[in-house]
Amino acid sequence: MRLDRLPISVLRTRYVPGGWDLLAFVLVFAFFIYVAQAAHGLIGSLTRLEATPISLAPSALIGYAARTALRMLIAMLASLLFTFTYATLAAKSRRAEVILVPLLDFLQSVPILSFSITIVFFLQLTPGRVAGAEMAAIFLIFTSQAWNMAFSFYHSLRSIPDEMLEASRNFQLGGWLRFWRLEVPFGMPALIWNMMMSMSGGWFFVVVSEAISVGNTTVTLPGVGSYIALAIEQKNLAAIGWAIAAMAVVILLFDQLLFRPLIASADWFRLEQEAGFTASHSWALTMMRRSRFLGLVARAFVSMLRAGVKERPAAAAAAPVARRAIDWDSRAVDYAWYTALVLIGIGALWKTAHFVLAEVRLAEIGHVIVLGSITLLRVAVLIALASVIWVPIGVWVGLRPRAASIVQPIAQFLAAFPANLLFPIVVSAVVLYKLTPDIWLSPLMILGTQWYILFNVIVGASAIAPELRYAGENLGVRGWLWWRRIALPAVFPFYVTGAITASGGAWNASIVAEVASWGKDTLTAHGLGAYISTATSAGDFQRTVLGTVVLSLFVVTLNRTFWRPLYARAERKFRIS
Amino acid sequence: MNATAPQLNLAPLLDVHSVCKSFRKPDGDQLVVLEDVNLTLRPGEIVGLLGRSGSGKSTLLRSIAGLDGPTSGVVNYLGQQVSAPARGIAMVFQSFALFPWLTVLENVQLGLEALGVPEPEMRKRSLQAIDLIGLDGFESAYPRELSGGMRQRVGFARALVVHPNILLMDEPFSALDVLTAETLRSDFLDLWGEGQLPIKAVLLVTHNIEEAVQMCDRLLIFSSNPGRVASEIPIDLPQPRHTQDPRFRALIERVYVEMTARPRGEPRTGPKSERFPGTGIGTTLTHVSSNVLTGLLEAVNEPPYNGKADLPVIAEEQHLEVDELFPAAEALQLLRFAEVEGGDMKLTEAGLQFARGETDDRKKLFARHLITYVPLAAHVRRVLDERASHTAPKSRFFDELEDYMAEDAAEQTLRTIISWGRYAEVFAYDDNRQAFSLENPA
Repeated sequence: MRLDRLPISVLRTRYVPGGWDLLAFVLVFAFFIYVAQAAHGLIGSLTRLEATPISLAPSALIGYAARTALRMLIAMLASLLFTFTYATLAAKSRRAEVILVPLLDFLQSVPILSFSITIVFFLQLTPGRVAGAEMAAIFLIFTSQAWNMAFSFYHSLRSIPDEMLEASRNFQLGGWLRFWRLEVPFGMPALIWNMMMSMSGGWFFVVVSEAISVGNTTVTLPGVGSYIALAIEQKNLAAIGWAIAAMAVVILLFDQLLFRPLIASADWFRLEQEAGFTASHSWALTMMRRSRFLGLVARAFVSMLRAGVKERPAAAAAAPVARRAIDWDSRAVDYAWYTALVLIGIGALWKTAHFVLAEVRLAEIGHVIVLGSITLLRVAVLIALASVIWVPIGVWVGLRPRAASIVQPIAQFLAAFPANLLFPIVVSAVVLYKLTPDIWLSPLMILGTQWYILFNVIVGASAIAPELRYAGENLGVRGWLWWRRIALPAVFPFYVTGAITASGGAWNASIVAEVASWGKDTLTAHGLGAYISTATSAGDFQRTVLGTVVLSLFVVTLNRTFWRPLYARAERKFRIS
Repeated sequence: MNATAPQLNLAPLLDVHSVCKSFRKPDGDQLVVLEDVNLTLRPGEIVGLLGRSGSGKSTLLRSIAGLDGPTSGVVNYLGQQVSAPARGIAMVFQSFALFPWLTVLENVQLGLEALGVPEPEMRKRSLQAIDLIGLDGFESAYPRELSGGMRQRVGFARALVVHPNILLMDEPFSALDVLTAETLRSDFLDLWGEGQLPIKAVLLVTHNIEEAVQMCDRLLIFSSNPGRVASEIPIDLPQPRHTQDPRFRALIERVYVEMTARPRGEPRTGPKSERFPGTGIGTTLTHVSSNVLTGLLEAVNEPPYNGKADLPVIAEEQHLEVDELFPAAEALQLLRFAEVEGGDMKLTEAGLQFARGETDDRKKLFARHLITYVPLAAHVRRVLDERASHTAPKSRFFDELEDYMAEDAAEQTLRTIISWGRYAEVFAYDDNRQAFSLENPA
């Protein structure tokens, strides 16, 4: 987006024509062709889709991978659009904020599978066409990507320094220009990090989003996820291997062509060089910066920003504002708004209770809460175990920049690794050794999210000021004392951030981790995730809603009563000034 | 446009008329920050707003910029009321407020871009401004590549490029080191004197007295709580002004006298104890480290001062900025270790005793004065003594203070009392539990 900005070092080097331009050209047009081909499938009819079942041939994977990647990109664009509107509204309107932010909190805790009850709605939008099913799949991916991005942008908007806002107002920047010149760039570094996390989240749920089965409605869209689902059903280990390879390639491409350039360009948005921060490099970004063709595209974007701004006469600015008929800032309007919200809330509560209780007896609610507690216990034990393992490793890696640069991309790939791919190993082992699913299925829950603990601890350890480490060495602090007094306190705030993400992710993952199947063997653990999963595939909307509500309540309560205070404490205690 | 001869006969550019500003406290009461401020700005003059932190001078500047409207009163710019950021009034910020993702050129262009100026003209004017302010060659640099002084030059160029009538400056040099600030100030004054700047008048907010006397044609001294214009000092020295010039020193002395003067209406007679400020637990305390207090007492006690010092002299010798010196002097006055009046500081008997004492004696003396003369300290101690557990949460006192002052003032007052209480070993405070107690970790 900021391709028009050439750093001076590039300006000074002699422009080498051809090379980079050619590469950029080829890549851009290959991309267009690929999009066109992949999009072609969207408008086909559902009957044709059913007539051509998923093939497990490795060659078919190329097309599948393209389709899946395109879905992810569209979902990512939708998430960005959502982020820019929803978060902006929440940050700018005091009244919208009171409802939008808690709503986001809840949406984030709703597992992706629960959103699959909307599939019927999407199918009805375009009867007989694949487009409806595609929209449903993209919507499911969207629900695994959008929320944390919106949160990050909202926090960024709220933390723009006062003087910057005042400067933008003093220099008469209108809303549109301010958004693109101040707010978006300011939120970019955090947003990019969250986009990467979201992408991993999307991959983790790729099977759920492509092979959707709600009651009698079953849709299997061509893609990597459906391929994995079929391979699991047919117990085809070779196909699983191919799927892993295909995913690795696509994730690598995303990393090189999308996220590396984004991260490297995010360095521009920083005000100061931060501690423990190393400049990022990206060949793709270099290509884009040096390509004249992409430079033109970037300039077009910048002039588009200016298009909305017309030259204004000098006198207009000081003109007094006309008095408005209603004072929208008054407390009376506040009260009216809050009353309306409360009424809507009561209405929604009544409607939900009515809907759920028509099918479910009160005793079952108690049962669901017990199931929630079992899952809670699982999450707590797993987070504790993951912490014991990854914190020391993270500290060790973080203190060694070379090791960190190797470990970070690997961890990033592993975070995107769907739990379903491990089903063969876990299910076979449990069946073979007659193990308890209640215990041995649990590790699947933390499979994707444990890496966030590792990420954050690495960042924290590499941010320890060299002086602190030298002081420790100088005083001869070693062994357990060193961990207790220097390393652990230093990474604690970072660890808490990672653990919050990991815990939230583990709850979400419970729906794919508490039910695992390999061919005809299906193992079910006791827990809320299994409850929701079973209810969804049976098309039981009432129980799906009940399970989702209880799960959301668990997650939000845990966040408010445990994680948030812990985070506040970590922030306060480990800050120097 | 000649800085030395303000054209008093011209119509004012800016007319601030009985501006008041207050904020609503949590309990619904109003907290008055600015009270009945009047001010006119005419073409050709630089007017300085001088006062301590919390005197509302920055708030006033924001009202004039149209960033934050006054509660009552009007700000007129060229005869029209300012109710939104007005074109023709540009601002330079203390923290520079540059956009880190834009180059120097793009930062400067921003204001023109917002006005919809066509590209070629925008570029031409921006390069001119960059040239004028001495940033030639840095057009494509990012702010983070520049030093503080160069960054503020970008801030100036960005403001000048829109050709404003009025330039508002909010402590523009206070984030810079002394030498850089000096260079930037004199560069600005040179351009202003030569009539090269596309501006008609300047309003400067500062707490640096020397800077104010050096730059301004007129000074408005603000008093605190609530902020109002306490006095006005015309400065008719020709530019360039030399800091060692006796007339310059005399003006500085005069500003100090005005700034240490008691607000009108406060009793100057009566029993001695009433002549000291600070009554009740609702007094806002500015945090001053016990190190600074000790250092200042020792310095004034020693020759050549021997217990009585001229504030400008001691400020220079101790390298104290005004926003450090005045709170320190005020704290010493509150603790009855010194009296401040007429630009002088005179140690009391207790102050002299403190300066000559050893650490333990000092702490005892400090503790006695803290409990006797700072009602909040006495209050905290009394609550701790009365409670069986001898502990009390911070929030208990915080809520009490919020009846009297704004949230951040309450926070700062508590921070001060914690710091002084710890030094005097009158009570202890545990930040993890956010609680006061009587036990010291011995």
